[in-house]
Amino acid sequence: MSINKKVGLFIPCYVDQFYPNVAISTLELLQKLGCNVSYPMNQTCCGQPMANAGYERDTVATTQHFLDTFESFDYIVCPSGSCVHHVRDHAPCIEGKETFQKDIQHKVYELTEFITDILKITDIKGTYPHRVGFHSSCHGQRGLRLASSSELNQPVFNKAKQLLAKFEGLEWVELSRKDECCGFGGTFAVTEEALSVQMGKDRLQDHISKDAEIIIGGDMSCIMHLSGIASRNKQAIKFKHIAEVLNEAII
Amino acid sequence: MNSREQILSDIRILKIDNSELPAIPQFEYEADIIESFKTSITTNKGEIISEEALMDLLESGEFVNVYSASESYSKHSNFGLPEDPHELKNLDLAIIEGDFGVGENGAIWLDDSKLGHRVLPFITEHLVIVVDKTTLVPNMHEAYKRIGQAHSGFGVFIAGPSKTADIEQSLVIGAHGAKSLRVLLV
Amino acid sequence: MNHPVQAAKFLEDKSNAKWHDETLWFVRDKRDLSSKSIPEWEKLRELASGIKDNVLSNLDSYLVEFEKNATKNGIKIHWAKDAEEHNQIVLSILEEKDCKAIVKSKSILTEECHLNLYLEENGVEVVDTDLGERIVQFLNQPPSHIVLPAIHLKKEHISEIFHEKLQTEKGNNDPYYLTQAARKHLREKFLAAKVAITGVNFGVAETGEFVVCTNEGNADMGVHLADTHIACMGIEKLIPKREHLGVFLRLLARSATGQSITNYNSHFRSPSEGKEIHIILLDNGRTKQLGREKFRNSLKCIRCGACMNTCPIYRRSGGYSYGSVVPGPIGSILSPGIDLKKHSTLPFASTLCGSCSDVCPVKINIHEQLYEWRQEITKAQSSINAKSIAMKIANGIFSTPFAYKISGQIMRGSLKILPESVTYSNLNTWGKERDLPELPKQSFKDWYKNKGNE
Repeated sequence: MSINKKVGLFIPCYVDQFYPNVAISTLELLQKLGCNVSYPMNQTCCGQPMANAGYERDTVATTQHFLDTFESFDYIVCPSGSCVHHVRDHAPCIEGKETFQKDIQHKVYELTEFITDILKITDIKGTYPHRVGFHSSCHGQRGLRLASSSELNQPVFNKAKQLLAKFEGLEWVELSRKDECCGFGGTFAVTEEALSVQMGKDRLQDHISKDAEIIIGGDMSCIMHLSGIASRNKQAIKFKHIAEVLNEAII
Repeated sequence: MNSREQILSDIRILKIDNSELPAIPQFEYEADIIESFKTSITTNKGEIISEEALMDLLESGEFVNVYSASESYSKHSNFGLPEDPHELKNLDLAIIEGDFGVGENGAIWLDDSKLGHRVLPFITEHLVIVVDKTTLVPNMHEAYKRIGQAHSGFGVFIAGPSKTADIEQSLVIGAHGAKSLRVLLV
Repeated sequence: MNHPVQAAKFLEDKSNAKWHDETLWFVRDKRDLSSKSIPEWEKLRELASGIKDNVLSNLDSYLVEFEKNATKNGIKIHWAKDAEEHNQIVLSILEEKDCKAIVKSKSILTEECHLNLYLEENGVEVVDTDLGERIVQFLNQPPSHIVLPAIHLKKEHISEIFHEKLQTEKGNNDPYYLTQAARKHLREKFLAAKVAITGVNFGVAETGEFVVCTNEGNADMGVHLADTHIACMGIEKLIPKREHLGVFLRLLARSATGQSITNYNSHFRSPSEGKEIHIILLDNGRTKQLGREKFRNSLKCIRCGACMNTCPIYRRSGGYSYGSVVPGPIGSILSPGIDLKKHSTLPFASTLCGSCSDVCPVKINIHEQLYEWRQEITKAQSSINAKSIAMKIANGIFSTPFAYKISGQIMRGSLKILPESVTYSNLNTWGKERDLPELPKQSFKDWYKNKGNE
């Protein structure tokens, strides 16, 4: 990719508010990888929570706002598969601006796929001496195909693992259920609270029973849910977003 | 409008654009068909039996009422095909010739012409099917090619003994149909 | 029915819920292994999906072709617009045969029509002959899974009911022993029944034949001993040609249980001499679903149950939590089409994780349809009832303290463009069993601004 291309940083609203370090890491990482990145200040929510709750039709203005905000960028990069999946595949069609919208949708990338597919970097040198479990968030995994699905008969791949696995000292934990949902699911986390929590506990147990030291994820929403349960139950396992890990480990 | 007309008209009114019927390609099959057939039968909880073992079994006296639909074993047949299929309830062993077998799953095709009564392979306590090795086909696509447009009133692929796992997923052989399936490859 | 309430109840018995989850996961695991032993698996799924697309786009002509060929083969075809008509047809055949007791093998369609209840009210004894179905029938329960009807029950419970109904030894929980008792009991029923009912897995337009798959052999025991066979079939069960059975039979059992094929796969083309076969073709909302473009391909379903086994929700909430004839992900996209109000919580009983769509042998985009049903439900409900479940759901995510805090900052900006209903609520469900993240000193936006960016 040409260094001159403009990359717009698309930061999910809850990441902006609760996990600024994930956003900072994303920014710094992209800069380290040679990108010309900036963060358009007037961005808001992409509308995903409303759409998944059944109010896609009420997110027209939100979507319109998103398109306007990111219009001038060559690429739009976001540290969340879920939000990217929404913008690409679920945002309501803006009448009269279909082509414009499609163009922008084609420029939106989740962070790891941007690194592997657009920057074409598959071998980042770095050190990360930890035993890590990776949580594949469903919307990124099955929605954006960031990793192969255990259900499909296809070659196994995982874009995050591709970036992490070569770090010196990093031990990758193989889970019993490598891509089961953690139970966050947006609105589901509260409307189906009992199920959501049970799913989260089960997911945590899979990592803990394999002695994972840190759970790395590509979507802070899932991590917020998992770490919320772990913290309530005084489970010592740590959590990181993949942007933080890449940014820390990179040499 | 009667229901037939109503249903058909409810469909026609939708005017759905035709979606082309895809063609089924020829799928490669590398494995040894005979070996995979044997493995499949075993996996399905059937048993591959040798001619000698079958003879021993027939002579052991373990099976009181035996009916053989296969000419080759007719001398062991001591149970005439009754007119009323209900009378097959006391049958201990049936020997039937299969039309052909399928490598990928152990399914064996039987049809009306081989059965006498359709209920025969189900109601018998134990079942032996004789399959000619040279009839084995690799997979279900080839199986249906082999059946072709042959017309029989009833045909069945049998791949193993009657089984169930409806109680806590514990596998039990012998639910309602034959409690065992032995396959003799000739 | 309210899925969240039922799910929470199911989870109260922790060890049972864990067993249910792990047992069904094990079935999915077997399915994974089995599907991965077929190199052309994904191609088969595509083919199956494409064949079904073709069927759904020409359903009228395939139905007519099927009828013509089946009739030529000596089968009597009946058409039923709805469940009531379906049940009346069955009863009229039974009355004509002067039949007061029937055996029935597994048919989700007859569950859908509540046929058992109808026949019993009309003085007919119905015996379900699939072991799992017989068990739940003894308990007066519907199946909790379309392939594994009694998966919610433990053997101790089954042993108790068998002791009561079949006089088995008290406390003998051995599955083999219990199965043999059922075998003996059902043999008598098979030998006595004059009419047998089955479902249909596939109907072939080209030949007029239909296929029924079982592992137990119960369908065959019933129909071959009876004088009359009634096959109850949804109009969507058709496939064009016999050769297409090759595709579907390769997919069905592997998806359902991981077996390479069911042990009995019976092809019925014409009745034996002196006997009768009737087929009842049922609509019951199928043509309506066919007319809903977004939901049309839910009609491709071949009832393998794989989406239930893979669903992290189904595994942890059990079939009854759905309150619909077909539970699980596929049920959650079929049921709202039948009764939107009754089943309004079902499309929300999902994280939209997408596992159901990837596991589906006919490639139904189940999770996408769940998303689409959510849109439909909120539309319907906003006109019916402002305090409806969907509104509460939409409120949900923003109902928590953390979300409330979000709204304090950035959401204030987006409030102008978001519906008011999603911005506040007084529930605090998030924090019941989860901590909130620590609030950082400043947002990213503030940090970025402080760095001198604008």
